[in-house]
Amino acid sequence: MTRHIENESRRRFLKGSAGLTLALYMPWSMAQGTGSDGTNGAVETQDFEANAFLRIDEDNNVTVIAKHLEMGQGTYTGLATLVAEELDADWSQVQVESAPADASRYNNLHWGPNQGTGGSSAIANSWEQLRQAGATARAMLVTAAAQQWQVPAEEITVEKGVVKHSASNNEASFGELASAAAGLPVPSDVALKDPADFTLIGKRIPRQDSADKSTGRAVFTQDIHLPDMLTAVVAHPPRFGAKAGSFDATKAREVKGVVDVVEIPSGVAVLARDTWSAKKGRDALSVEWDEADAFTLGSEQILERFQALAESPGTVAEQRGDVEATLSEAAQTLDATYDMPYLAHAAMEPLNCVIQLTDEGCEVWNGDQMQTYDQSVLAELFGLEPQQVRINTLYAGGSFGRRAAKKADYILETAHIVKAIDGRAPVKLVWLREDDMRAGNYRPMFHHRLWAGLDEQGQLVGWRHRLVGQSVAEGSPFEAMIQDEIDPTSVEGASNLPYAIANFQVELHTPSDIGVPVQWWRSVGSSHTAFSTECFIDELATETEKDPVAWRLEMLAEHPRHAAVLKLAAEKAGWESPLAENEDGGRRGRGVAVHESFNSYVAQVAEVSVSDDGQVRVDRVICAVDCGIAVNPDVVKAQVEGSIGFALTAVLYGEITLTEGKVDQSNFHDYQPLRIGAMPSIEVHIVPSAEAPTGIGEPPVPPLAPAVANAIFAATGQRIRRLPLGDQLAS
Amino acid sequence: MITLNINGQAQEVDVEGDTPLLWVLRDTLRLTGTKFGCGMSLCGACTVHVDGKATRSCMLPVSAAVDKEVVTIESIGDSQVGEAVQEAWQRLDVVQCGYCQSGQVMSAVALLEENKAPSDEDIDNAMGGNVCRCATYVRIRAAIHEAAESLA
Repeated sequence: MTRHIENESRRRFLKGSAGLTLALYMPWSMAQGTGSDGTNGAVETQDFEANAFLRIDEDNNVTVIAKHLEMGQGTYTGLATLVAEELDADWSQVQVESAPADASRYNNLHWGPNQGTGGSSAIANSWEQLRQAGATARAMLVTAAAQQWQVPAEEITVEKGVVKHSASNNEASFGELASAAAGLPVPSDVALKDPADFTLIGKRIPRQDSADKSTGRAVFTQDIHLPDMLTAVVAHPPRFGAKAGSFDATKAREVKGVVDVVEIPSGVAVLARDTWSAKKGRDALSVEWDEADAFTLGSEQILERFQALAESPGTVAEQRGDVEATLSEAAQTLDATYDMPYLAHAAMEPLNCVIQLTDEGCEVWNGDQMQTYDQSVLAELFGLEPQQVRINTLYAGGSFGRRAAKKADYILETAHIVKAIDGRAPVKLVWLREDDMRAGNYRPMFHHRLWAGLDEQGQLVGWRHRLVGQSVAEGSPFEAMIQDEIDPTSVEGASNLPYAIANFQVELHTPSDIGVPVQWWRSVGSSHTAFSTECFIDELATETEKDPVAWRLEMLAEHPRHAAVLKLAAEKAGWESPLAENEDGGRRGRGVAVHESFNSYVAQVAEVSVSDDGQVRVDRVICAVDCGIAVNPDVVKAQVEGSIGFALTAVLYGEITLTEGKVDQSNFHDYQPLRIGAMPSIEVHIVPSAEAPTGIGEPPVPPLAPAVANAIFAATGQRIRRLPLGDQLAS
Repeated sequence: MITLNINGQAQEVDVEGDTPLLWVLRDTLRLTGTKFGCGMSLCGACTVHVDGKATRSCMLPVSAAVDKEVVTIESIGDSQVGEAVQEAWQRLDVVQCGYCQSGQVMSAVALLEENKAPSDEDIDNAMGGNVCRCATYVRIRAAIHEAAESLA
């Protein structure tokens, strides 16, 4: 095996640290290691680094550099597919490596000059860029072959990693051509394939990360061990806005393995040689909290405030026609309120981060979701230039938006600990599940009120939607998106409701005096707007005795992609025929919802059973999705399955509540996750499309809650206007 | 010093007896395939086999693992059932974020060691302690059936 060093950052990393010991714990250790000559030093070879996204070595390995965080959504597989398709590589020779933090090469094209992952944008923003990267490299390999074989480049074919000239009976692997290609000028105008010629895109390609994640070999932040590293567990204040007043660390320091105890802005950190000692030390701490600025409201008081705000008009986010006149003159008006709680992300890997100060600056190991922003906040804290902050982006054990920490909370906490010990050792911050659950940055609680006006024929002629909830963009790197007091992510899915309604108004109240930190959570605003809008539409359909599918379709004439997924889901669910009854009795019902988010269109039909004592079981969900070209249909299917399970958790159990400012939940016993026994069977139907790919990690989340609520109504006649379901149906 | 039998090898560790086996595996022995998720035996990410039984290592004091055979994800593939489960997991691309999957695999192997042809209900019962926030449950169920068939 030929050894090589891919880039400057890794060379410095190895020089500045413990070489092979460290490499054992690095995800790129596969590409590194002891060579056949027994040495483990770095040897330069003639790798073909075609561009920032692609490297081909002499051993015929194609390494795709992934600029996006792999947090389960399958992006390593999807990004590599885009490159491999245009390169005409064989999938078995393709491997993926995480990009360094460098916005000049690896920015998210949808985020301007920022590297980061979110908004279901990874494949969408990379679609042209990574195919170009592959096509350009292919062209250079072909040119190299043409020069070697002295044949016209046009006569050369490339298939599954083999470059061939049939007439002269020449063929070569990419590896054999790598050195020659590396010396060629980079062409600028390379044509991309006709989609009809795709051999990988649109096919079922095995995931890049399956083997490592099925065998325990995948490396997460939690798994990083550096020489002399200390592990920190932090005592956090019991209320948001509080800070440490005084503390007594005598007993903590007596715990075997504890090395230091330091105060940081977010609490008191205990540093130890290992995690368990740090936890024991943390538990032995005695801290007096300074709660002068603490937030002390409970969630019931917050709700009361939201309800009071909903009595008055909010800032108008969207308006057409004359809603006030229409509602006052309508033949019939209806109104309803919907409530959705704070939700924790509760990824399986509790938040953690490793930071080490080096001669060159600072080095970070993290499942990092916003590299450019995190570089900037760490640079500011340490007095460095952003490029001196090196980030090793590792697999994230889930995120659902949480690792895109809007004020870099857990990352900064790690940095403050490093600073407090003068950088004398690398530090791994470990949040225990309770720390993770209670740290805030929740999906905001929202109170929605909707009014509808119907004319004599039962046509929907007026719609007013008033939302009350905190802004997630406020105080984040994306704050500039707030215009005229409207955070567009608060009203997305509501302000662009697709139904043809002549008089339409969406209003928003954004309370700024609630001290519970909030953040984006898988599907962001649509996680609450789909619920209220699609449930209310269903209520109106019932009121006017219309079929929920047919009526929606009538109002979606101008929105063919919404209509197409709705029709497909209804057809596949057998909407026109009655739902089979349960063998063991109990009530059954079927509900539907359709919603667009992140430019993808998703409709779901949920089938539920409700037992006599009010237990709800979602039996089956039929989902139709239009996400443009499905780069990897099986990954799309997996994201639909996972999104439905994730959304169902929130429907059935998900709720963060506060009592006098303290978060009530702490772990998985009181913040219940969906378990395997409650997982419905799921059918996924992907609409064939020639459109560019759009998001899939989030869009299947929003329709699930309203589809299930509407199904529960069909089964029981009871409307669900508050999530989670909890024991609302218990008799 | 405490002597443990981990993956068929004797290991001497200098830790307090109340230290959970999880942290001995992860921090002392650097067997990081076994994951920390909740610390309260609620999520199953830390599942290992102790004398063949699926066991949550996050609440098991290391002193209770003395004189027992501990098997972790690092060596489960050496057994026929372990290999079959890991292969099924890969054929069906079960994983998403992957963090819980070591525990899922360990629980699935323990199930198939006892029950060669589990029903959906058997699977739900045996796997109910293993949380997956990515909700890969549809594929976990399918992969267990597939592994069972491949072993039949």
